[in-house]
This record gives sequence, C-alpha cells and structure tokens, in this order.
Amino acid sequence: MFWFSFEWVWDMGHIVFMGGLWYALGILGIGMSYVIIKSVKETFYEDSTGHGDNH
Amino acid sequence: MDSALIPKGVKRCSLPVFIAGLTPVVLVLLWGVYAMLLCWLKGLNQTNMNDSYGFALWIWADLAVIAIGGGAFFSGLLKYIFGKDELKNIINYAVLIGFICYSSALLILAIDVGQPLRSWFIFWHANVHSMLTEVAFCLSCYFAVLTIEYIPLILENRKLDEIPLIHNISHNMHGIMAVFAATGAFLSCFHQGSLGGVAGVLYGRPYVFREHILVWPWTFFLFTWSAAAFGPCFTILITKITEGITGKKLVKDNVISLLAKISGWMIFTYIIAKIIDTFYWATVTAPELGFVWSDFFTGDRSSVLFHGYWLLFAEIVLCGIIPGLILISKKHRENKTLLLTAVTLGTIGVCLNRWTMVMQPMAMPVMTFDSWNLYIPSWQEVATTILPVAYGIILIAISFRYLPIFPQEVELNPIKE
Repeated sequence: MFWFSFEWVWDMGHIVFMGGLWYALGILGIGMSYVIIKSVKETFYEDSTGHGDNH
Repeated sequence: MDSALIPKGVKRCSLPVFIAGLTPVVLVLLWGVYAMLLCWLKGLNQTNMNDSYGFALWIWADLAVIAIGGGAFFSGLLKYIFGKDELKNIINYAVLIGFICYSSALLILAIDVGQPLRSWFIFWHANVHSMLTEVAFCLSCYFAVLTIEYIPLILENRKLDEIPLIHNISHNMHGIMAVFAATGAFLSCFHQGSLGGVAGVLYGRPYVFREHILVWPWTFFLFTWSAAAFGPCFTILITKITEGITGKKLVKDNVISLLAKISGWMIFTYIIAKIIDTFYWATVTAPELGFVWSDFFTGDRSSVLFHGYWLLFAEIVLCGIIPGLILISKKHRENKTLLLTAVTLGTIGVCLNRWTMVMQPMAMPVMTFDSWNLYIPSWQEVATTILPVAYGIILIAISFRYLPIFPQEVELNPIKE
C-alpha cells in the first residue's frame, strides 16, 4: 500500500507496518542492485581475472 | 550423461539410478499437486474445515515448517553476526532447508486462503492492527532473503560458474551476505514471534492466552526462542539423514557438535522459560479467567486421547528437557545415537508445541454449552500437507547432486583412483 492509496491513513499503524515493509524491501533491493552493478562493472569494464574460489 | 554438471571431486550415482530413486517421491508429489488443484478448482469444500477449524490441518503444518526452518536464520545469525565461522560448512544446507520450509509454508498458505489470486490483498489492503499482517510481510520478505541466499549456491554450479558474469555475481553476493543474513534474522525474529503472538492475544481462548509486555504476549518471545532452539535440530537431523542415504560423511563432527551445543543451550533455557510460563498460566492466568488448568486436559475418552496430559508431558519433558540435557553435555552429544535421538525429539517437540498452540485451543470447549471439537482432515488436506515433504526431498536431491552444498565433502570423501 502506498501513501497515495485511498485507504492510506497517516497514523502510527500504517507508518510502522508499511514503513517496515518498504525498509526491508529497500535493503534487499539496494543490496541486489549493488551486486548486479558491481558484477557487470567487474565483468565488462575491468580487467577481471576472476576471484578464485575463496568465497 | 550429466557428469559435466556434477561438482568437481565428488562422486554421484548414475542419472538412471538417480531418476529411479526419485520416481516414488515424484508420484507422491503428483498426488499432492492433484489434491492442491482440487482445492483451487473446486474450492475449500474439499477440506473438512468447519466453524471451529477455520484454517484446517494446514495451519499446524504452516507453523511447524516455519519453526523447523528457523535453523536457517539462526545459523546465519551465528555465522555472519556472531562470527561462528565453523558453521560455514553447514550454512549452505541450513539455507536450502530454510528455503524449502518457507516456500512450503507459502505454498500451504496459498492453498489455505482459498483464493490465491487475491494473496496480494494483504499487502495492498493491509490491516495494520493484525499480527497476521506482520507475519505475511515478514514471511514474504524473509522468503526473498532465503532466495537471495540460495541463488549463489545455484550459481556455483560447475557449468554456470564458468561464465564470468555469473561467477562475479555469485562472488559479490557472498561479499554482502552478512547484510542479507542480518535482515533475515530481524525479519525472522518478528514473524516467528508474531505467530506466537497471534495465539497469545486470543483472550477468548484461555488455553493459549498469555500475559503481555506492552503489546507482546509471552508466546511472542517463546515462539522466536523455540524456533532458534529447535531449528538447528532439524538442520542436524536432515544432515544426518542425508549422510545415511548417501553413505558419506558430509560435515565434520566439530561443526555438528558446535551447532548441537548452541541448540542444546537454547533448548535448555527455552524449556525453563516454557515451564515458568506454563506454571504461571496454570496458577494465575487460567484461574483469573475462571478455569482450572485440569479442564484443558480432561474430557471424554476421545478428547483425552488427542488432547490429554500426555501431550503436555511429551512437549515439555520428553521432547524438551531430554533433548536439551543430551545436547548440552559434550559426552552425550558426541554419542551418535544420543545425538540423533536428541535432534529427532527436538524436532518433534517444536512441532508438538505448534500443534498445542493452534489445534488444541480450537478443540477445547470455552462456553459451558460447548463440547470438545475433534477434527479429522480430509485426504486432500493430508495430501497437500505431504506435498511439501516430497517437494523438499526432490529439491534436496537435485541440489545435492548438482551444487556444492557441503564444502567439506571432497576432503571427507576422497575419490580413490
């Protein structure tokens, strides 16, 4: 639910619940975006020789 | 035939043997899928749900798989946040088991809601006064975390890993896995707790109603605690079963012993808290609501068979105190038979706990004119509850065959030329 939805009310319940959801999704989205951008950069724009198997 | 896909340095059975071994499990899976389609196409009249049991057998299966899947978040927390680095040798398997458990929980929910196409309603038309909304949010987000944790394992497949971009994605995902693991632990604590909280706030169900700290009843904390305590038991149990089926040692004893020790202390402390909670409920909470605690365990012959004192004894003593005592003792947890006994009892214990918290309260009479409600699930419910087990076996088999799940396997099982 977004703040522009007709059901939205600016109360603590909505802010905590939906804020928590978007916060968690934000961390996952930013984390995965970082991984993909970094990987594309390393693969196509840097002279990468691989990372070995030390994960 | 598929040898190019099998990880280097390990030995697997031939593809025909693998397929033949999986065939009976696939048949069970198809039986479950058939029952699932019946529920979706014909509706929930395929179940034995009634006014007393509005969530059917599935609600117990849901809570049980979420509890035993707790090994994933707790192992991740121990490895990435508390620095227990030895657990890197079992974390992949814990993640896989967690992924299976949580995807199963979501599948069961998709059947239970009856209208899976409207599942998004809970996000768009969220009831922000419901603990179940929090559960739905955290469960979905945590499943996303588990998927993110499982993806690098898939990408490490021998053939996929040869592609530079995929190799880099896998490597970089490992690099920030601590962030995902911390997010997962946070989400898990809340949804495990809220599943307990849902029961604890039911003042109309005095068997599960509990006192509160702010808005959280004791059951909130007990559920999170028990998932962290018993989840690793299930991880160890499945690891031992896998070792038995494959005839290989896959994880070194010191890793299992460490996880078992931590699990043992968590169980031991949890069971003390559970006993205090039960004692307070029996002597204060229930009497204040007008009940004597024996009311909850006595009734006619059939109700005692399903909901008698034996259940309390089995949950707290047999499947709580005993596995806790075994696992905290170094001598006992290093004895293979006792270890296996303890983790099996622990797994049964947490499933029993979820049973008593969601099924037992619905069976008990609350009003003077009520009688005990007993519930027999339909075959469709049974089939769809067994479905995740078959799905889990298949996913474990495929992952074990093609992915480097156990980092110590090569060292522990050198191939003789």
